This record gives sequence, structure tokens and C-alpha cells, in this order.
Amino acid sequence: MKPTEALTIAWEAVLKNKIRSLLTMLGIIIGVSAVIIMVAISAGTEATIQDQITSLGSNLVFVQSSMMRGGPGQAQQGGLVYDDAAAIEDGVTGVTAVVVEQNSSETIKYGDVTLEDVEILGTTVGFPSVRDMEISDGRYFNDQEIERKSKVVVLGYSLAQELFGETNPIGQYVKIGNTKQAVIGVFTEKGLVGNTDFDSRAYLPISVVFQKFTPSQFARFMGDSVRMIYVEVDPDANLDNIITQIELLLVKRHDVTLDSADFSVTTQQDIISTQESTTAAFRSLLAWVAGVSLIVGGIGIMNIMLVSVTERTREIGIRQSIGATPNDIRIQFLTEALLLSIIGGLIGVLVGVGGAYIFGALSDMRTVISVSSILLAFGSSAIVGAFFGYYPADQASKLDPIEALRYE
Amino acid sequence: MSAAHSIIKTVGITKVYGMGDIQVAALNGVNIDIHQGEFVAIMGPSGSGKSTLMHILGCLSQPTAGQYFLDGEDVSQLDKVQLASVRNQKIGFIFQAYNLLARTTALQNVTLPFLYNRVNPKTKEESLKKARTMLELVGLGSRMNHQPHELSGGQQQRVAIARALINDPVMVIADEPTGNLDTRSGTEIMNLLHQLHEQGTTIVMVTHDPKTAVHTQRTINLVDGQVDTITHNGKHRIETAEVPYEAN
Repeated sequence: MKPTEALTIAWEAVLKNKIRSLLTMLGIIIGVSAVIIMVAISAGTEATIQDQITSLGSNLVFVQSSMMRGGPGQAQQGGLVYDDAAAIEDGVTGVTAVVVEQNSSETIKYGDVTLEDVEILGTTVGFPSVRDMEISDGRYFNDQEIERKSKVVVLGYSLAQELFGETNPIGQYVKIGNTKQAVIGVFTEKGLVGNTDFDSRAYLPISVVFQKFTPSQFARFMGDSVRMIYVEVDPDANLDNIITQIELLLVKRHDVTLDSADFSVTTQQDIISTQESTTAAFRSLLAWVAGVSLIVGGIGIMNIMLVSVTERTREIGIRQSIGATPNDIRIQFLTEALLLSIIGGLIGVLVGVGGAYIFGALSDMRTVISVSSILLAFGSSAIVGAFFGYYPADQASKLDPIEALRYE
Repeated sequence: MSAAHSIIKTVGITKVYGMGDIQVAALNGVNIDIHQGEFVAIMGPSGSGKSTLMHILGCLSQPTAGQYFLDGEDVSQLDKVQLASVRNQKIGFIFQAYNLLARTTALQNVTLPFLYNRVNPKTKEESLKKARTMLELVGLGSRMNHQPHELSGGQQQRVAIARALINDPVMVIADEPTGNLDTRSGTEIMNLLHQLHEQGTTIVMVTHDPKTAVHTQRTINLVDGQVDTITHNGKHRIETAEVPYEAN
């Protein structure tokens, strides 16, 4: 029997039992499409994270307050202070800009709209450039306004939407906590970066935040504490060297050792690596789950093929009586199992690609369909078909022609 | 040899079923000799071993002991694969239940033996052409694309006969070919077998019906796994140079 003839017989057998063929393929279809969709979702998540991290702005070093000095019962103290920023700008070579940020949470009111627990971010002039944000309406505050502790505010995109709706916010006053602040600008939409929603925050001159929203009793001695200092570095500078310089400077200023430091220095690369290892673990978990469903699909094929062999015992007997060898019978049923799994695989690829596309279009999650996942899923479906199809085919080939012919 | 040569020659064919202590001998030293062009019936009551003999003659199973020469070749020691090839090349089967593939046209059913023909492989066109010729020969030229369920019993048996003849076998084995048919269709099938016989086909027919057996040249009667009697049915007897069996 030539391969083309085996394929023709298998094809006809598949067509003769359309419903059963479809049900047999269902497991494979689900398995293959699950692999493709799940890999597409995790690859999409990964790509989104990459993009967001890149959009943080380039060549940033993050200096973050990591712990407060002082024992239990004592008021919090230590960590980064405002003057550290200036010290870094003056004392570290290769630094192009330094931006400080301190945050709080307040209630914001405009007219009838009251929003509670809105994040208030006090920052400096370099913030939009360092965090890669653009003003869509109005303007950002300047050094003079920080100096004078001017009551101005720049709103994140969605915060402005919630407070003002259709009204033009520029020139309006909002009440933040107990202070009236003039809206001078609105940022363009930025979206989620990691866990931070840049669009739902209010941006204030850092001096106002120090004075009104996070007054510290130690500020007189220690300076105003800040959550984060962004250090933008010269792209050609040696990053490791700059990190070392920052660490040495701050260790000296804070009078701590590196092991007990009240700050941490990280780079974008560190963040990317952490995220990558998380998503890689996520992706391999999804791939395993999908792989298991492929195996279940394979067992489905084996089941149906075993039923099919029993049901077609008579046919096997007829074929044997007119000269089919055991190998002819084995090839016939193996080809049928392979054909079912390959057609199932192809349908699965279509469903998977379509599903991933529709999922990406309808949900907030991004999906990236990769050719390698298609090949992997399709290839495994063929292997699964061959593996689980062999046993029923072998059973068929071992039938005794006389018994098979007698089978009712 | 001027006379027709032996198609079937068995020497002391024995078939024992069962393992260990309980053994049943279905056949117990069967010697038969059937010549080319003969039309022979094998008859016997239930349990006489006629089905077992048919299976061995049809190369569907092997004897426990003894030798079986089919068309001059000893086939009693062949393995499964070789037996399959012998069935394909030398034997055409006609079954009581027709045994056509369901949901498959008459034409496709008839071409089926070509699928397993490794000795003289044919192209698809050649097989279809030959199958059409065979179907016309059995009088089904107009029903080639019908499926078995669209055909009457008699017509289905004609398809089976066409299939049995497609690979030019040295003999046709017919197992109760009229058993599932009404009298009229049965007569038609018997007439068709006669026609084939007259054209030179060797036919071995297994039957329990004496009225059917009488249409053959001679009847081999089996009782308890042995050849009991051989009856000559007269009118169709052909002349042979030697008569190796003992005529009653």
C-alpha cells in the first residue's frame, strides 16, 4: 500500500464519520489552541512590561528609601532626604539630571466630585523628562513655583477626566486636603507602568508636599525625607561606576555601612531581569498546563481509535481476506490517527491564532502570537497522534482474519 | 501434461484446536485434489470441519499438520505476511454475507484487492478500468457508483464476485454464496458461477444445501473432519487424464 493510498483511505474514513472525527479532534484542537493562546498571552505580557520599562525613560538609576533608621517606638527618621539629590548632582560624575519624588495620599474635591485616597506626588522640574511624560494641556510647574511653594497642580490624564469630565480644567481650582490648588496642566495618557498608574495621580511642587502633606518633625535637622531620587546618567558613562559613586556618597552622608544602608540603588536592567524571570516562570507554567491538555487530547484519540478498531473489526477481516498484511492494517489505522491529530492540530492553530487575536482585541491584555509556539503546538499534536495512535493500530494489525470476519 | 494441473492438493491436513488437555481435532487427515477449471462443492453437516477446511484452503489459517499445495506451491508453512500475499494473488473470496465495505461504492469495493497487490501493481486508471470490466461482466455496469446499501442482496453478491475475480486468482472460494439470498437471486448467482466456470474459473463452494451442491461437478462430503464420500454430479464432469480420488 502506497502512502498516498493509505492517506486516501484514512481521509475517507475521517469523512465517513464526520461527527466522531470532530469529537476525536476536539481534545487536540483545545490543546493546540490553548498552547498558542497561553504563550501569546504571556509573550504579550512580557512585551508590555518591556515597553513600559523602556518608557520609564532611558538610563535611569533609581535610588529608593529602603528602610527607616530608629528602633520601635521611635518616630521614623532616616532614609533619603531632599538634600541627597543635590549632593548626588554635585558629587557624582556622569549624572545629567536628578529628580526627587515624595508622595502622600489625599482627598481631592472639585465641585460635586470628591475623590478619596488620591496619590499626591511631590516632585521637581525634571520629572516629565526623566519619566517620559508629556503635557497635553497647560504647562508643568517651574523652579520658581517650587521655590515659592506655589499652590499649583498638574493632573494625571484619568484624574483630570474624573474630576472635570468635559470641562477644561486649566485655571480651575481643586481642593487637595485642605488646600486650594490651581490646575495649571494635564498630562497625556501614560497608562500602567509596572504597578504604578501614572494617570490617576496629582503632581505638585515637592516643596508644597513637604509643607502641607508630609511635614516631618525632623525636617529641621535632617532635611525633608523623600521616597525616591531618579538619577539620569550620561548614556556613555559607566553605569556600575556611577552606582558605586552614589552608594559611597550616600553611605557617607547617612553615616551607615553598605550592609545597613537605608537606601537601595537599582537600574532599569535590574527591574527588567526581575520581571523577565517572573514572566518566564509564568510562561512555562502555562506551557505545561497546555501540554497536559494536548496529552489528554492524545488519550482521546487513542480511545476513539480503539472503539473504531472494534467497530470496524469486520472491515479489517475483509481487508485481510483480500490480501492486506498486518502492516497494511497497522499503517491504515496509524495514518488515520495521524490525520485526525494533524487536522485537529491545523484547526487548533486557526482557533489559537484567532483566539489570541480576539482575546488581545477584546481585553486589556496584549497578545503576541509567536511562530515558534505554533510550530511547537502543531508538532506536538502530530507526535501525540503518532504516539497514541500506535497502540490501537497495532491491536488492529494483530486481529485474526477468521475471527475478524465472523465479528458481528 | 495435457490435462489440467492441480490447483488444490492437500496431504493429510489436520487441524487441532485447543491447548493442553482438551484438544479437538476439527480436521483429521484430509486428502483432496481439485484440478484447474473444476467446480467443486464441499458439503457436510455442522461440526464436520467444512468451515475449518475452507479457512485452510483459503489461506486464512494454517493446518496443524499435513501439507497443502496451492497451485503447486506448498503454502502450509508460510507466515502471516506471505499468506496475505497468497490470498491477494491466488484466491478470490465470495462470502455468504457479501462482506463489502459499507459506504463504499461498488467500483471502489471491486478495486480494493489492487490496493494490496504488490506483485503486479497497477495504476489507478488501470485498476478502475479493470474493475469496470469486471462489474460489466457480472451485469452491474449501470450500478458501479452505488453503495452496498443501495443494492439488493443479489447485486451485492455480484459485486463480491467481481471483487473476487479482479486479481485473476487461480481459484474462487465461495462460502454459502446463496445462503442469504431468495431463491430467484440465488439461482442467478449460481448461474453466474456456472458462467464463470465455463470460462475456466476454478470454483470451490462450501455449502450445506444439497440442492445447491448438485449444480457442481462433484461434491466432497466431510464427516467428522474426514472426507467421507465424493459424489460426481454427472452432467458437468470434465475429462481428466487421471482421477486421483476414489469415486463412489
